[in-house]
Amino acid sequence: MLEIRDLHATVADKPILKGLNLTVNPGEVHAIMGPNGSGKSTLANVLAGRDNYAITGGEALFEGKSLAKQEPEERAQAGLFLAFQYPVEIPGVSNMEFLKAALESVRGAQGKEEWDSVTLLRQARAACKQVNLDASFLKRGVNEGFSGGEKKRNEIMQMLLMEPKLALLDETDSGLDIDALQTVAKGVNSLRSPERGIVLVTHYQRLLDYIVPDFVHVLSNGQIIKSGGKELAHELEEKGYGWLTGEEESA
Amino acid sequence: MSQAELDKLIRSNYEAGFTTTVDTETLPPGLSEEVIRFLSAKKGEPEWMLEWRLDSYHKWLEMTPPDWAHLHHPPIDVNEVSFYSKPKSLDDAPKSLDEVDPELLATYEKLGIPLHEQEMLAGVAVDVVFDSSSVFTTFKEKLWEAGVIFCSISEAIQEYPELIQKYMGSVVPKGDNFYAALNSAVFSDGSFVYIPKGVRCPMELSTYFRINEANTGQFERTLIIADEGSYVSYLEGCTAPQRDENQLHAAVVELVAMPGAEIKYSTVQNWYPGDENGKGGIYNFVTKRGVAHDNSKISWTQVETGSAITWKYPSVILRGDNSIGEFYSVALTRHMQQADTGTKMIHLGKNTKSTIISKGISAGRSSNSYRGLVRISPRAENARNFTQCDSLLLGDTCGAHTFPYIESKNPSATIEHEATTSKVSDDQMFLCRQRGIDPEKAVSMIVNGFCKEVFKELPMEFAVEAGKLLEVSLEGAVG
Repeated sequence: MLEIRDLHATVADKPILKGLNLTVNPGEVHAIMGPNGSGKSTLANVLAGRDNYAITGGEALFEGKSLAKQEPEERAQAGLFLAFQYPVEIPGVSNMEFLKAALESVRGAQGKEEWDSVTLLRQARAACKQVNLDASFLKRGVNEGFSGGEKKRNEIMQMLLMEPKLALLDETDSGLDIDALQTVAKGVNSLRSPERGIVLVTHYQRLLDYIVPDFVHVLSNGQIIKSGGKELAHELEEKGYGWLTGEEESA
Repeated sequence: MSQAELDKLIRSNYEAGFTTTVDTETLPPGLSEEVIRFLSAKKGEPEWMLEWRLDSYHKWLEMTPPDWAHLHHPPIDVNEVSFYSKPKSLDDAPKSLDEVDPELLATYEKLGIPLHEQEMLAGVAVDVVFDSSSVFTTFKEKLWEAGVIFCSISEAIQEYPELIQKYMGSVVPKGDNFYAALNSAVFSDGSFVYIPKGVRCPMELSTYFRINEANTGQFERTLIIADEGSYVSYLEGCTAPQRDENQLHAAVVELVAMPGAEIKYSTVQNWYPGDENGKGGIYNFVTKRGVAHDNSKISWTQVETGSAITWKYPSVILRGDNSIGEFYSVALTRHMQQADTGTKMIHLGKNTKSTIISKGISAGRSSNSYRGLVRISPRAENARNFTQCDSLLLGDTCGAHTFPYIESKNPSATIEHEATTSKVSDDQMFLCRQRGIDPEKAVSMIVNGFCKEVFKELPMEFAVEAGKLLEVSLEGAVG
């Protein structure tokens, strides 16, 4: 469902991805690991279409269509979801209002049945419960005054409702304590299905104890330098990234 | 989001910009004693009213336009303005809707203000003012039963001269400022409301102002008196056709809240703002002020999206002990619009309280200023004020300014002032778009969220209308 071939991309005109190849098939969970600055988050943001993140060479196809030609909202409507590393606040816009607009657009584009407000509320409450968020969060402004952990759980809650075909999780584990990490992992695992692809971008191995990937890739200097199964993550945990990149790890 | 996208987004059409063709009697432009005598005579006013107007005129002649506002415009030449225009069909005041010119009724239908009572929003009585004259006031009889007087100011001058003589100019004196003096000399029509002691007005009262004729100024005057322990909620809406010339609007609104009374005054102002190059649009110079006596409350809520220039500071004089003043404002400027708006809270009584929530949204090449005064007099023991001024910028060619003035002469006062300036951030836009929401909807959602604290103060129907108005004002294809 995701085909990335020799992808080159810049952030604000600075080359970050330098010939990246990756294929994700339905049902697979991929983990992208690598030291800070290797281009992990860039990859997630390029795929989702953030401003200033430009594809300058190669291609990225989602469901056979070039992502470069699609607006961010079109990619979302096609079933691509990005769980943000730093979810932003939108004061005064309630979570519920936001979800309604998002689901109307995405479900509509995918030809899924429209949810009336009762169904929407029921589904949203169930999703909240799944990630241990009190239903009162639905009435609050999007991420407004949420703690770091609450913001991350809010992202997963949205993901559960949006039922994406491809979920990209950008460092969703950063800043989470062990309980929250388990909650988040449980949410993600519940979405694992033969039709769905999941890409986890993470710096640390610990998330992968809870969400066990099918493939692990090491990203360094804008390229995937090593791929393997879940055991690669354990190897990285023991040895760090240095033995692959040939550099001392800084962070 | 790129500047080009934003530019597209804020370009949109002014839906109320059409013109109505009615046969009118319009005075040639220019102002003189003769003009004032003419329009007073036209209205069949008593001698004292004419004297009052002439006195105002003489005061005005001595005055100069204020130059302290953060506004730039060519000097306004009153000799280019016509001070009187009236549809001929209104010469004999219509007694029922059947007698109102269908052309006028159609105008209001088109603006979404149906005048047929059975079709109206339940529980809203409307007075409609077309150029210089009141067209019709609905639900008059029902209000009369409750003892509420709601009519045009021209009618009130004839029918309730003692109330007019006592209260007109009592809050905004004739010579208060250049534009108020001009209004006092030439005011055309407007609404008059009197709520008797202890009466809770059974419905929302509403006036809809429409400028139609070219080169015509609208100088409406509104006077609302809420007697002891009474309550009234009053709404005001405004539109004008799209024209290349600037048109002058100089209104005066006076509110009197007697002890224990409460007046809630809401405005949705959508005068023609001019085009994207700043051509045309209404010059809106308005003086709005209320006096709050003991234990009373005056609350101003305004949503300002129109006018080329807005100069407006709805204020409360907290004269009585324990009185409360509130000001909730959303001002949106785009294209070349300029707004200098805010409030004055004058604390004279003990334990007086005021709240100011101002939300400014600037787009295009517009300029949006908040100007507010909080004054605590020496005898205003334990006065409290809370002020919050937030500005939201769309793009980087617009400007937002805040000019707060605080004068406290009593050490027991508590004054809080908070101000923020933010932009609709790329991150917010990206979050929305990543969730499948198109940019247009995203901006309108973010802006609506920003205004939420003010919108919740508006009566239900108006809150919906205000939300829609913002949406329309921000509408446009986004690539």
